[in-house]
Amino acid sequence: MSNRVVNILVPLISVVLGLLVGGIIMVVSGYDAIDGYIALWNGIFGDAYSIGNTIRQITPYILSGLAVAFAFRTGLFNIGVEGQLLMGWLAAAYVGYAIEGLPRIIHLPLALLAAAAAGAFWAFIVGFLKAKLHVHEVIASIMLNYTALYLTNAAIKSLSDGSFKTPTVLESATLRNQWLREITDNSSLHLGIFVAILMVVVMWFILEKTTRGYELKSVGFNKNAAEYAGMNVNRNIILAMTISGVFAGLGGAMEALGTYQNASIKAAASGIGFDGIAVALLGANNPIGVFFGASLFGSLKYGALNMPNAAGIPEEIVSIIIAVIILFVASGYILRVALEKFGKKKEGK
Amino acid sequence: MEYVIEMLGIRKEFGNFVANNNITLQLKKGEIHALLGENGAGKSTLMNVLFGLYQPEAGEIKVRGESVKITDPNKANDLGIGMVHQHFMLVENFTVTENIILGSEPTKLGAINIKDAAKDIAALSKKYNLDVDPYAKIEDISVGMQQRVEILKTLYRGAEILIFDEPTASLTPQEITELIAILKLLIKEGKSIIIITHKLKEIMEVSDRVTIIRKGEGIGTVVTAETNPDQLAELMVGRQVEFKTEKGEAHPTEEILNIENLIVADYRNIDKVKGLNLSVRRGEIVGIAGIDGNGQSELIEAITGLRKIKSGKVTLNGKDITGLKPRDITETGLGHIPQDRHKHGLVLDFPIGHNIALQTYYKSPISKGFIMDYRKINEKARQVIEEFDVRTGQGEMTPARALSGGNQQKAIIGREVDRDPDLLIAALPTRGLDVGAIEFIHSRLIEQRDKGKAVLLISFELDEVMNVSDRIAVIYDGTIVDNVYPKETSEQELGLLMAGEKRKAKAIKEGNE
Repeated sequence: MSNRVVNILVPLISVVLGLLVGGIIMVVSGYDAIDGYIALWNGIFGDAYSIGNTIRQITPYILSGLAVAFAFRTGLFNIGVEGQLLMGWLAAAYVGYAIEGLPRIIHLPLALLAAAAAGAFWAFIVGFLKAKLHVHEVIASIMLNYTALYLTNAAIKSLSDGSFKTPTVLESATLRNQWLREITDNSSLHLGIFVAILMVVVMWFILEKTTRGYELKSVGFNKNAAEYAGMNVNRNIILAMTISGVFAGLGGAMEALGTYQNASIKAAASGIGFDGIAVALLGANNPIGVFFGASLFGSLKYGALNMPNAAGIPEEIVSIIIAVIILFVASGYILRVALEKFGKKKEGK
Repeated sequence: MEYVIEMLGIRKEFGNFVANNNITLQLKKGEIHALLGENGAGKSTLMNVLFGLYQPEAGEIKVRGESVKITDPNKANDLGIGMVHQHFMLVENFTVTENIILGSEPTKLGAINIKDAAKDIAALSKKYNLDVDPYAKIEDISVGMQQRVEILKTLYRGAEILIFDEPTASLTPQEITELIAILKLLIKEGKSIIIITHKLKEIMEVSDRVTIIRKGEGIGTVVTAETNPDQLAELMVGRQVEFKTEKGEAHPTEEILNIENLIVADYRNIDKVKGLNLSVRRGEIVGIAGIDGNGQSELIEAITGLRKIKSGKVTLNGKDITGLKPRDITETGLGHIPQDRHKHGLVLDFPIGHNIALQTYYKSPISKGFIMDYRKINEKARQVIEEFDVRTGQGEMTPARALSGGNQQKAIIGREVDRDPDLLIAALPTRGLDVGAIEFIHSRLIEQRDKGKAVLLISFELDEVMNVSDRIAVIYDGTIVDNVYPKETSEQELGLLMAGEKRKAKAIKEGNE
């Protein structure tokens, strides 16, 4: 079996197997699996409104996935995407409502830039600690996740005079777009998806086309060889982390300027950053792969919301089913080995 | 005729690649049987089949005349087959006894019974003249001693058939002599031995018969006494091989590298290079001879900028490079074939083509400032691959990991030589390579010398140092203890110098004269 075929078959079979096991779970718990999956399907693709909201859900996943994947490709585990995303979220919201009188063509990019810078700064701290003081990036970034959560909460509180959310971003800074809303039956689809797709290209370009990308990958794969070749390992670690933070920060901007139009106090992390780890792994840390991984992840997440209403399946069961499907996709490696064995046996005969 | 092991018509495939095809190896009781072949010829695969790590696609294995299926190493152990690996499988901070019983600890009332085990091991050690202290810690004993621990481990588990994988790779000449004596004693005690190697000299000295494989195919078995190294080399490579690389006189000119009172510490901050002085001139190959661990690695890393220099001065091309960054040193005219090709030499996950750009990626024409020109990289890579005979599956896009050791090494040498550096440091450039590749690499080093460049060769192989160098600097305990000339020295003298016995070495030399 050729590699290409295996590469396409593995995710497909994984999804089918995941759906099967998810179905079994529904049946065992006493629900109609067919009804459940019809509800899931309709929740994702049922009408223009669902499609619009599904795409809206996918958008931040693409960016958090890119953030994790970029770090992985350069030899780092950025588990701090969550915190970087929250920082970007607040920065975008603040610039979005606090700066008045700018035309949209300046204000919107400025708000996006602020989010990117905030995420980058939060990630830079992690990279700096790792490069200069050998603090492991996982520890630093986990701690900074908490810091970001409470810092943004406190900031929102004081910015809004004790309320739980910032003022709504101005018309000149929003990612909302009337036309997109109209064609999707008033869903909350916004322009962010184009930003996300652009970033997919940007990540690919940095890694595959630039001199710096060559260095970043070398440092990621083999620090010793990079040092031997005269690369500055520490500077590249800091840079890799910072670029990863840019993607994460933009993920926050999608929520601030697109979906919610503000930043609000959160009891716990948004989860988008952590889900980014799964998205990156689903996409094999490849920018195009991340796009598809995010699409699967976002679709299931959004579509599943329809299952309690349309099929009467409790949310908890729905969460289990979604988790099972993702688990199967993520453990594609096992399937890959099985397929290769199967392929070899067939060739032998 | 009694065979203890018969591997008949073994075939092993990995995907579409046939690693072993129709190979037959028959081991007589009480013989030393050499398994000879180039790197990647399939020697290790064949032995891993025998040791139960791989299952063959076709063929039959008989142990003492009975057909068996060896499903895993435990089964091999039960059949009395033991393996002494090239890279020892020992726990550094355990004692000899603890290492030997690891995995099959004898117990007394539920507690490990070290005492009795140590007694058994001491007895075994005495029987085979191994001279191993059962209570010594692995980290405190020499590499040669560690190998004996590995031998004891197999004997302790009742092995009758011992497989040695490249056993002399990391030993000193004296240790090799001792190992050969041990092998002969093992035979005398009724054991049978398979030894994997590509060192023809050792085969001639120690083996009774030789089985040769080439590119996965069994070529045949010859009786050692009826053959000679030339014939063996030809059988192994498939063409005639020159052993002593032809080279003319050296014509050294101006000094290119000068090292004064260099002191370098290792990662534990213990001084490894202790006030070393060395000078290398254009047009000569200087070989650093020494036993592993006498400061060679630290010396190279200090010259190339990979390790901090405590004190002293390094001058390259008239420029003080002490404490400069690796890239600045490279640009001053240094090429470096690193000791560990996987650690420093290659990014294994990159295609081989991208690896060939590793030292020049930031410069025109490959880099246009911000953007890389991957077309230029591939052009360059194809040229180097062609010129240095790097055998790849998919040309420059082959992952570096997929290349055999010899071809990885050729790619690195190609990359470094192609830049035409004034000083080329070659650290263990032929480690683990077969005679064909060694011949090629040696001739490239000599070619650099003849072009008026300087070469600093670091090697643990005496043959290599003697054959290739114009001058030999012997390193012992972090200093150069003597400079000798290949024509005027002997392996014995070098061996003693390397062991720090300078006075004895002198006595021998004077005695000879």
